[in-house]
Amino acid sequence: MWPNRGIAWQVMRISLEPRVAPSRAMRWASPLVAVALTMLLGVVLFAALGKDPLAGLHAFFIAPIDSVNGVAELLIKASPLTIIAIGLAVGFRGNVWNIGAEGQLVVGAIAAGWVALQPALAESALTLPAMIVAGALGGMAWAAIPAWLRTRFNANEILVSLMLTYVAQLLLNYLVFGPWRDPQGFNAPQSPLFPEAAMLPILIEGTRLNASVLLTLTAVAVGWVFLSRSFPGYQTRVSGLSGAAARYAGFSERRTVWVGMLAGGAAAGLAGVGEAAGTLGQLLPSLSPGYGFIAIIVAFVGRLHPVGILFAGLLMSLLYLGGDSAQISMGLPAAAAALFQGALLFFLLGTDVLVNYRVRVRRSATTASAQGAA
Amino acid sequence: MDPRPQPRLELRAIRKAYPAVVANDGIDLDVLPGEIHALLGENGAGKSTLMKIVYGVVQPDSGELLWEGAPVRMASPAHARELGIGMVFQHFSLFETLTVAQNVALALPGKPSLDDVARRIEAIAQRYGMPVDPRAHVHSLSIGERQRVEILRCLLQDLKLLIMDEPTSVLTPQAATALFATLRQLAADGCSILYISHKLDEIKALCHRATVLRAGRVTGACDPRQESTAAMARMMIGRDLPTCQHASSSGEGEPRLEACGLSLARSEPFGTDLRDVSFTLRAGEILGIAGISGNGQQELLAALSGERTLADDAAIRLCGRPCGRAGAAARRRAGLCFVPEERLGRAAIPSMSLADNALLTAHREGMVVNGLLRSQVIDAFTRRCIDAFDVRCGGPAAEAKSLSGGNLQKFIMGREILQRPKVLIAAQPTWGVDVGSSVFIRQALIDLRNAGTAVLVVSEELEELFEICDRLVVIAKGRLSPVRAAAETNVEEIGTWMSGLWPDAADVAEPRDRVAGHAH
Repeated sequence: MWPNRGIAWQVMRISLEPRVAPSRAMRWASPLVAVALTMLLGVVLFAALGKDPLAGLHAFFIAPIDSVNGVAELLIKASPLTIIAIGLAVGFRGNVWNIGAEGQLVVGAIAAGWVALQPALAESALTLPAMIVAGALGGMAWAAIPAWLRTRFNANEILVSLMLTYVAQLLLNYLVFGPWRDPQGFNAPQSPLFPEAAMLPILIEGTRLNASVLLTLTAVAVGWVFLSRSFPGYQTRVSGLSGAAARYAGFSERRTVWVGMLAGGAAAGLAGVGEAAGTLGQLLPSLSPGYGFIAIIVAFVGRLHPVGILFAGLLMSLLYLGGDSAQISMGLPAAAAALFQGALLFFLLGTDVLVNYRVRVRRSATTASAQGAA
Repeated sequence: MDPRPQPRLELRAIRKAYPAVVANDGIDLDVLPGEIHALLGENGAGKSTLMKIVYGVVQPDSGELLWEGAPVRMASPAHARELGIGMVFQHFSLFETLTVAQNVALALPGKPSLDDVARRIEAIAQRYGMPVDPRAHVHSLSIGERQRVEILRCLLQDLKLLIMDEPTSVLTPQAATALFATLRQLAADGCSILYISHKLDEIKALCHRATVLRAGRVTGACDPRQESTAAMARMMIGRDLPTCQHASSSGEGEPRLEACGLSLARSEPFGTDLRDVSFTLRAGEILGIAGISGNGQQELLAALSGERTLADDAAIRLCGRPCGRAGAAARRRAGLCFVPEERLGRAAIPSMSLADNALLTAHREGMVVNGLLRSQVIDAFTRRCIDAFDVRCGGPAAEAKSLSGGNLQKFIMGREILQRPKVLIAAQPTWGVDVGSSVFIRQALIDLRNAGTAVLVVSEELEELFEICDRLVVIAKGRLSPVRAAAETNVEEIGTWMSGLWPDAADVAEPRDRVAGHAH
């Protein structure tokens, strides 16, 4: 920023200039453009690997969902991603960076599992509601630790929430290897199977699709109302956009942190209930294949908007299923799925930049000083 | 001046367009050697862009630049400096943790020895009557002294043209007078000066010629010594300068905002501690707080608004109730409204719509029921604000950042006033606002006072304070001067006080003189 130190050079300069009025239409279309570009990359990639590009795309994007069962699997995978991402979005909108949803999911599942394994509740109609409440509270309790440390000691919630993920995983391991191990489980590290009353009902016979997706749809609606139509949601958005404006208006920063962390914790805890009481029916060390982390990507791909997140969750889920399907049917390496996810994110961010900025290439003398910005 | 000497700088048909606006459109301008040439115009008239073109920061789209008769392409500020052009920006670019000599040495080519630089600084400083200690750290200098460092930095080169962008906006009247003496001396030595300002009195007192810009075009040229300020204002804004209507004070209202022995330590390294600040603001009056920025205004405003709370609850009383420990929300509930200096990012969120920005502080106007937003109420309030305060914008859905500074300020002022506050605090209410909007805003403050609100205005512009205030007080180094009725004081007295030198404040003055020329 030193003004009297301008160094001139003659170069070709590529610069990004902000567009005066970014096109609204392009803002909505850019995710589609990104998907199209990802597919184009797929075609090139398949061809380079010596596979039929069309067959590859089919294996990736069509085959996983060309049956009722396929669609059910898509929804089962999209559901936890979506619900967690919505909870996280409430925090992210307020600049509260909860990275520990994975741990909150695990603790939510443990809390729900504890309810499910109470002999007194084995036949009760209250079991499932109690599990849902316990799961949400468990996730919130785990998220409350970084929230409290942040508001009390200004500890960084990114680090604390992330590290608590490992604590949660070790807690789960301790329980399923120790006190909660299934006596009839041939020493496998797993809890006993939940009783029928503790299982989320199946929605479509013959598939694994269970009522956890209804929880997720409810979360989409609640998240939308909260972020777009409620005053606390507005306060959260203001805090995220400008801390000075929030202080000026008298909005509490502590409340933003608490609301953001607890929303993420509750959503992750509910996702944990969905896994334990939906698809698994017991507690396992490998409860979640990293949903809590992938949901962070889903939240941003969905632009921190509940409806966008719903689509992003479906898309991310499809990429997972497509990766598996392509591995099985075409012998593509497992890395291909990860590559597709990376490419999609890259193209999304790239198109976003181009919606808001335009590229200017010019040959001109320029200067290292920045005083023109004054 | 006949025969006309060769102009030092000549601009021919300069044009520069930005994506949304044509900043300069066919501008012709010439500056003679030894001439002080004023560039006069409102905010957004294109003055700054033109100067950046001359200084090589910005390249024109078309047009020609002649330097001492020869066409030249000003490739960069370094190139401009080689030719002998220096520029002092409105916002200084000095490293606060370095000494004056170190700051100046950084601007020089090669690696000059600091002792040598210090000697040269002292020699030039003496010649032009700008006392400054080369070994002092910049953070210990007053704003006026920092400006001298900026000018000295230009003068160490062989200077032929000095560009000054609104230099007096940060100075006391006395410091401005000292600066004028320096500039006259420089001009007498043959240096040309391009002087950017919208203050007509200054230009009349200082400049030999004036070129007037409006909306990117030259709308007039004159000899400011001959022309009346009213005539120059007409050239500048295209119509007669409107004035405020000010009725005499309605008498003694009840105390609405009181500070009693308010002290507060700075929150930033180069902030100012507030020391024993006391005042009483009454219903139906405008109390003005004058002072050079950086003398505790930010700290005082944060303490009064509740953005920073105090340990001592009784240090601030709002409508008779102690509220030192109350936060900003609680004080707003008690009837306090506040228009801060920073519009974007504090008073308004740049990327949010005007409707969402109305919600920021006016949410108590029935906009929220059971925690949910009532968009019709929000929309109606926003429209009312836009209409009543003449906000030029694309409607309630327009983003705050799409408004000009003046229009956004009218919107913010409207948002706060429409909440019918018991106390309104306004910081720099017309800073960076065009002349027409400034008059509108000042009139709105006067109307509010006439309606019985207690109004506190913190401003660096003395003319503004004298125009609207009933009583005046000065803040310097975190302390308040005695209060004076505006009718019983004058610019000279307040200007002296701005350097901390008021009658019963002998202990405040420190050895280092904080203002202009009378240090030794």
